[in-house]
Amino acid sequence: MKLHEFNWRRFCAVVRKEFIQMRRDRMTFGMMIGVPMIQLILFGYAINSDPKHLPTAVFSADNSIFARSLVWGMRNSSYFDITREPKNEAEINTLLAQNTVQFAVTIPVDFSRKLLRGEKPDLLLEADATDPTAVGYAIAAMNSLTPTVLNRDLIGPLAKLNGSAPPFNLVVQQHYNPENITQYNIVPGLMGVMLTMTMVMITALAITRERERGTMENLLSTPVRPGEVLIGKIVPYIAVGYIQVTLILLAAKFLFDVPMVGSLPLLVAMTFLFIVANLAVGITFSTVAKNQLQAMQMAFFFFLPSLLLSGYMFPFRGMPVWAQNVGECLPLTHFLRVVRGILLKGNGIVEIAPDLWPIVLFLLVMLIIGVKRYRQTLD
Amino acid sequence: MSAGDLVIDVRNVTKKFGARTVVNHIAMQVRPGEIYGFLGPNGSGKTTFLRMLCGLLKPDGGEGSCLGLDFRTQSAEIKKRVGYMTQRFSFYEDLSIEENLDFIARIYGVPERKAAVEKSLERLGMVERRRQLAGTLSGGWKQRLALSACLIHEPQLLLLDEPTAGVDPKARREFWDEIHQLAAGGLTVLITTHYMDEAERCHRLAYIAYGNLLASGAVADVVKAAALTTWEVTGTNLATLAEKIRKLPGVEQVVAFGTALHVSGRNAAKLRASVGPWMTGEFHWTPIQSGLEDVFISLMDIAEDNFK
Repeated sequence: MKLHEFNWRRFCAVVRKEFIQMRRDRMTFGMMIGVPMIQLILFGYAINSDPKHLPTAVFSADNSIFARSLVWGMRNSSYFDITREPKNEAEINTLLAQNTVQFAVTIPVDFSRKLLRGEKPDLLLEADATDPTAVGYAIAAMNSLTPTVLNRDLIGPLAKLNGSAPPFNLVVQQHYNPENITQYNIVPGLMGVMLTMTMVMITALAITRERERGTMENLLSTPVRPGEVLIGKIVPYIAVGYIQVTLILLAAKFLFDVPMVGSLPLLVAMTFLFIVANLAVGITFSTVAKNQLQAMQMAFFFFLPSLLLSGYMFPFRGMPVWAQNVGECLPLTHFLRVVRGILLKGNGIVEIAPDLWPIVLFLLVMLIIGVKRYRQTLD
Repeated sequence: MSAGDLVIDVRNVTKKFGARTVVNHIAMQVRPGEIYGFLGPNGSGKTTFLRMLCGLLKPDGGEGSCLGLDFRTQSAEIKKRVGYMTQRFSFYEDLSIEENLDFIARIYGVPERKAAVEKSLERLGMVERRRQLAGTLSGGWKQRLALSACLIHEPQLLLLDEPTAGVDPKARREFWDEIHQLAAGGLTVLITTHYMDEAERCHRLAYIAYGNLLASGAVADVVKAAALTTWEVTGTNLATLAEKIRKLPGVEQVVAFGTALHVSGRNAAKLRASVGPWMTGEFHWTPIQSGLEDVFISLMDIAEDNFK
């Protein structure tokens, strides 16, 4: 277009019309304001790649002043919060497997005796290294703590122990992902992220499209029951979900060498729950959205916090409590723990139970809302 | 069902959306094999009424039967025997012609499905184009496809919601010929339309405005019942005349038809008195039979006065 043909008045007319339409489409307008706000809050406040106050279990078989100083030293580093005091090794394993604690410290029974003799006792620090970024800084902090933490106790006749070498050996065991391979964490997590994105979006779109194009009205004037339409539309996408899962698992195994310790059938069963939970979200959105664009926006609106607050991209425990609470409401958060638990930790039904019921609860609530609203929109 | 039974026999059908009454105590009786026209301005409640008949919407009041079944409680049964064609083309544009027909046949559980689809394709003259996507069809062909799909389960009652909107005159005529053939074969048709020529092709019709039934019966009866007097005026400067007489008492409609003016009113004497001064040599006045359109516009004015 030549410049002299550009008419300011016509141009303004188009701009004006565009603003009017923007204002009419409340949903889009809300999204335009809401999405950046949410991103700002999430990125600004919730995301922290240097997580502190990680829940730590201390199994102290040696109730000495040194053990107490050690625990205090860890606490003061602000990386460790002592939340559990297990009584034996088995309990430690369960706590780590269930994701109740990130770290477990074992102070052996003869710790102080060996320390006093200058025999450099071992101090065991076990970490759930599923997510390497979540534990990296804390382990570094523990390493720098070791040489100095007992300085104040090693005085007088014990001052000789306070030499250049640390008075005890810190033994770090990084469980589940000892080599700190990020893929071990990301690839299983990706399964949940993919499912969330496609399942919510596809269902929301599929049902909204049917209404937007008027084909729903036609369909419902036939003997087909609303429930048959709903389930009939969803089942193909469950199949699509499983194809995605299969692809990701194959890639995990053959491209990324992700270990698969746990039971595959259990994973398949849990995936079913998760897929249906997301489909229920999609149904609910489709009953609210007026057109496919809105359905898409709503899917993103759900996807964004799922991605950022579930512990997929950033360590869950690095987030402030409010963000963790939001995260706990999202099915992806729990599904990530389940998938990582089954694949990397070899968790069984007992260990995943704490994350199983939130998914089931979410599924039920969404299904009730979705189906109820779906029924209303017909009339 | 014996020949004397009514296909549709409903009374006091009412539907409210919030505080707004969209269909207000409407009664309708349609005989078997009849083409029943359902007319009224946009937003008058025609579509809502059709949707209630085929069980898409729950009526707030009324009773009666459709195909001998209680239309309020047996909508599942009614749906199986009714073909409903929506206002907008509402088949799947991303499915082929054949796939659309096959899908509908499956939904209705048509016996000998393949043969039925084949028959339908033949009737449509689309055997060669069966794999064409429905979205690529022109308006007229989409409408024919929709009609075929509605007929695939051999319904006893056909509900057509403005089936000819946006279809060219030739296709419209063919469509109506087909409707008449179907009716001759015993199918009952309830059809909504805005076109007067179509209304005149119906056996009987009903006129609804703002949810209220204003007139019903055969075309001649409806025109007669309206008791409208119409004059045709010819001459020069008709536009000026129209402006002058439009506001006079008794003059309800002044409409230009080509080189003539139609002037109508319900009160013949009042109309005559008002236009009397212009019945001079300059203008030539002839009393004519009121048309259906004149009647409907008159009805609409009454409705506006009474219900709006």
